Amino acid sequence: MSGIRSQIPSSGMKCKTISDQRHETAAGVLFTLPAMIGYICFAAVPMIVSLILSFTNYSVARPFKFVGLHNYIRLFSGEDHFFYQAVKVTLYLTVLNVPACILISLLLALLLNNKIRGWKTLRVVYYLPTVIPQVATSVIWMWIMSPDFGILNYVLKLAGLPTSQWLFGEKTVIPSFVIIAVWTSGNIMTVFLAGIQDVPRSLYEAMDIDGGGTLEKTFYVTLPIISPTIFFNLVMHTIATLQAVLQAFVITQGGPNNASLLYVYYLYREAFEFDNLGGSCAIAWVLFFGVAAVTLVFFKTSGKWVFFGGER
Amino acid sequence: MMNKVGSKHTARMFLYIFLYVLAIVWIFPFFWLVRSSLMDLGQIFRYPPQFIPNPFKWENYKDALTSLPFGRYLMNTFVIVIGSVSGMLVSTSLSAYGLSRVQWRGREVVFAIIMTSVMLPYFATLIPNFIIWKTIGLTNTYVPLVLPAWFGVGTSSVFGGGMFNIFLLRQFFRSIPRELDEAAIVDGAGHLQVFAKIILPLSRPALICVGLFTFLNTWNDFIGPLIYLNGETKYTLQLGLRTFLGLYSAQWHLLMAASTVVVIPVIILFLFGQRYFIEGIATSGLKG
Repeated sequence: MSGIRSQIPSSGMKCKTISDQRHETAAGVLFTLPAMIGYICFAAVPMIVSLILSFTNYSVARPFKFVGLHNYIRLFSGEDHFFYQAVKVTLYLTVLNVPACILISLLLALLLNNKIRGWKTLRVVYYLPTVIPQVATSVIWMWIMSPDFGILNYVLKLAGLPTSQWLFGEKTVIPSFVIIAVWTSGNIMTVFLAGIQDVPRSLYEAMDIDGGGTLEKTFYVTLPIISPTIFFNLVMHTIATLQAVLQAFVITQGGPNNASLLYVYYLYREAFEFDNLGGSCAIAWVLFFGVAAVTLVFFKTSGKWVFFGGER
Repeated sequence: MMNKVGSKHTARMFLYIFLYVLAIVWIFPFFWLVRSSLMDLGQIFRYPPQFIPNPFKWENYKDALTSLPFGRYLMNTFVIVIGSVSGMLVSTSLSAYGLSRVQWRGREVVFAIIMTSVMLPYFATLIPNFIIWKTIGLTNTYVPLVLPAWFGVGTSSVFGGGMFNIFLLRQFFRSIPRELDEAAIVDGAGHLQVFAKIILPLSRPALICVGLFTFLNTWNDFIGPLIYLNGETKYTLQLGLRTFLGLYSAQWHLLMAASTVVVIPVIILFLFGQRYFIEGIATSGLKG
């Protein structure tokens, strides 16, 4: 019965006329119009405007003129020494933060997948910090990591361990950001957990027959099968970390001594505090090419370690 | 044999202890937040630290909430949140329908182009957008914060951003059997009817997910309001909290009370909708 019914529309499809197709195209374009307009008005045109302005000295206060490549030369020649500082700080954060968040989230997901009683509640607990407004997250951690009155230093002292200046020390500020970021990386863990739960059971059963234990199953079955998920998280989290800004904004204002001058905070400061909008467009374009280059490297090397199933 | 079973049990016990102790560590900052918000300055700096406030200083909440017009900030935030959530639901569901249920040439290309916006750093578009809004004279209004949502553009470029929502809805729409639309079309229904009467009612979970994410991102947004709003009467909760931090940087008890007030609605919303959040993140991550 259902077989007959499903044949009717498909035979109807066959005698589609050209005017039908035009009608369909019109409908498709009309439905998609909001997103197309949004993309053009809030992404494409702004990017072009930004590219043009990056060759000017545009600001709210001054009359503007074209300055050629000056804005870019100023960055790379080191005339603005904050640029290399910002690049250094951001790369340092990325190199620490991405592996820390990915590895810890992956480990948690693998452990939670062991038919733990209450795993759904635990998943909610680990996910919870990611929904908190980052301004509030920053305030909470400033208090916990307070060098004199913070609970963290108190616990360390109690355990006989050395205390730290945390967010207020030049050497410790970036690692402190990483601790906060790990606490808020529950969405990464959730993606991993979903990926792990999708691994076909039959593969584990095959391992059982071959006498493989938990470790073998993890390294020879789970990790290869979920490598596309690892890849997805790695790319997304790297892109996000390169643009991280909020803690520098709320907690440190780039300090102490520019030790937490994250790239996007530097960009913001140049644009809105120093009123150098033209120059900040150049800074943004350098960031765009940086992000694009990193993404490209990930995709170029992915063939070597990501298992794409039957798709390749 | 016995021994192997025994060691497996010990391993499992360690696993449980590890995961549950870690969960307590994860929750601890929230506990510390609420605990500190209920102490007076004398208690909060006491050494060794007390875990339970004695007495409970509920007045902190009154002091924190009356020192700045938080009621007003709350209303402002609601205006932006409601405008953004409704705009995002309308624009992304329409677009996702056009990108999944209508057959037209160029559809896949348009979809791919829209998806490239995930690569654009938020700030790279924010500065020119700011300049454009300033030229039109609409800064210090809510228009730059709400209008983009009506065109599928969100405040975040990753989870809950506009392209994420379109992606999620498109994925969901594609899983609805095609026979349903085709039968309706044979009966003479147009695309608008199929969209409104078949696809939307069947996509409730995905729509709720988009709504919740947009709510959260707008409620939590700090950078957008910071850049577009400069009159204090227009401030949102997040800007208010930041101002509060500047004014009372050493008054930890009041700071904690104000933060708790900003955090509680989000936690309640999340606990009620956690299924949608987690499933939304999980599906989009997998098929990304």
